[in-house]
Amino acid sequence: MSEPIVQYKDVHKSFGDVKVLKGIDLDIHPAEKVAVIGPSGSGKTTIIRMLMTLEEPTSGDIIVDGTNLWKMEKNGAMVDANEKHLRQVRGDIGMVFQHFNLFPHMTILENCMTAPINVKGEDKKEVEQRSMEMLERVGLGDKFDNYPSQLSGGQKQRVAMARALVMRPKVMLFDEVTSALDPELVGEVLEVIRDIAKNDDMAMVLVTHEMDFALDIADKVLFLDEGVIAEQGSAADVIEHSENPRLREFLSRFRN
Amino acid sequence: MDDIINISSQLGRGLGITITILIASALFAYLMGFIAGLSRLSKNVFLRKFTGLYIEIFRGTSLIVQLFWLYYAIPMLFGIDLGSNWVIGVIAIGLNYGAYLSEVVRGSIISVAPGQYEAATALNMSSTQRMRLIIFPQAVRMMLPEFGNYTIQMLKGTALVSLIGLNDILYYGDILRSSNLSQAPLIYIVVLGFYFLLALPLIFATRKAEEISKKGVAS
Repeated sequence: MSEPIVQYKDVHKSFGDVKVLKGIDLDIHPAEKVAVIGPSGSGKTTIIRMLMTLEEPTSGDIIVDGTNLWKMEKNGAMVDANEKHLRQVRGDIGMVFQHFNLFPHMTILENCMTAPINVKGEDKKEVEQRSMEMLERVGLGDKFDNYPSQLSGGQKQRVAMARALVMRPKVMLFDEVTSALDPELVGEVLEVIRDIAKNDDMAMVLVTHEMDFALDIADKVLFLDEGVIAEQGSAADVIEHSENPRLREFLSRFRN
Repeated sequence: MDDIINISSQLGRGLGITITILIASALFAYLMGFIAGLSRLSKNVFLRKFTGLYIEIFRGTSLIVQLFWLYYAIPMLFGIDLGSNWVIGVIAIGLNYGAYLSEVVRGSIISVAPGQYEAATALNMSSTQRMRLIIFPQAVRMMLPEFGNYTIQMLKGTALVSLIGLNDILYYGDILRSSNLSQAPLIYIVVLGFYFLLALPLIFATRKAEEISKKGVAS
């Protein structure tokens, strides 16, 4: 098997006195689709937020493409990473949020174009063309001139995915991207994710409550419980054959 | 009617001073508002404390006393000549309202939704890019109505400069009254009318600003 693109090594995370993650070890391989399931409060979101540099681990290492994300070498010693280091390492990672977080003062085309132009310094024409392609792909090509406030929740989330895709990440993180949507809008967003999973060769990590969907597209399923990865394996292994009573109980709540 | 026209033409001589003082002190106050507001959010403790001191002093004491301080006290105490009374008027009003505006700037920046910071980070923006491209443009939209309100207040505040010998609208009103005591009520009504007419465009601009600020901000 190929070298992992992301590795978690004994990663712990506490918020104040509350220990949210108690030793996460995890390999994510290029193009691998990983679904993270588990009860709320089990630390699912925290796992991917640390990879996006939105939360700093309390201890442990996260390695991205061979480079330590949160630590860097300085005068022969490992010290906390500075912003420059974080920016160098997180460049290959993209994220889609539960609440979309589109930039409300920009049109949806500008939302897609701002980072490739300003962060990566790419050619404006080329970025515009690529952004339009991505918007077409998520079915919103005709809305390029609209502002986020003129879109439905499902449309906003599709724009957010186009915006992340234009950056051509090697790893895409999805943080409960359908949780804030009205039920009738969930389908259109899942369709886009399915399309990305099928046709793009980036690794994906989905934190989700859409159990059937996650199990359908995932190569690997993680069941997170009380701050540790309690089960991991293929969807079939985890769902059909696991003996873990907490997992069985958790799954039964989705199968009634 | 003739009286009103006569009074108006006299008061009109002060229009230039009132308007130039307003424009100059407003621009200076905006500048101070942004500098102090951003300094309050700085990581540098000294800068934060120092700016806090400036804000509390200028918000906590009266504008007219500040004006007299700059005009009478500082030249005597330190032998510093701050320039003409026009310049002193602009500095006093600008520093005073700059203190208020800095709180507007600070408040608007910290009220941009945390998700906006996170999305900018996820697109690998530096903290400078994040501020320049994402946070600041949204914060400015939120600031606009308050900037409008304070500009209207500044217009009214300019009347104080007549007390340090500047020939603004109120100054000419006072002159007229002293030579024509019986007309005092009419004179001051026309003075009020002058300030109101000057405030009208600012009032409309503030309304427009409120509309703009309702759009284009993450809630």
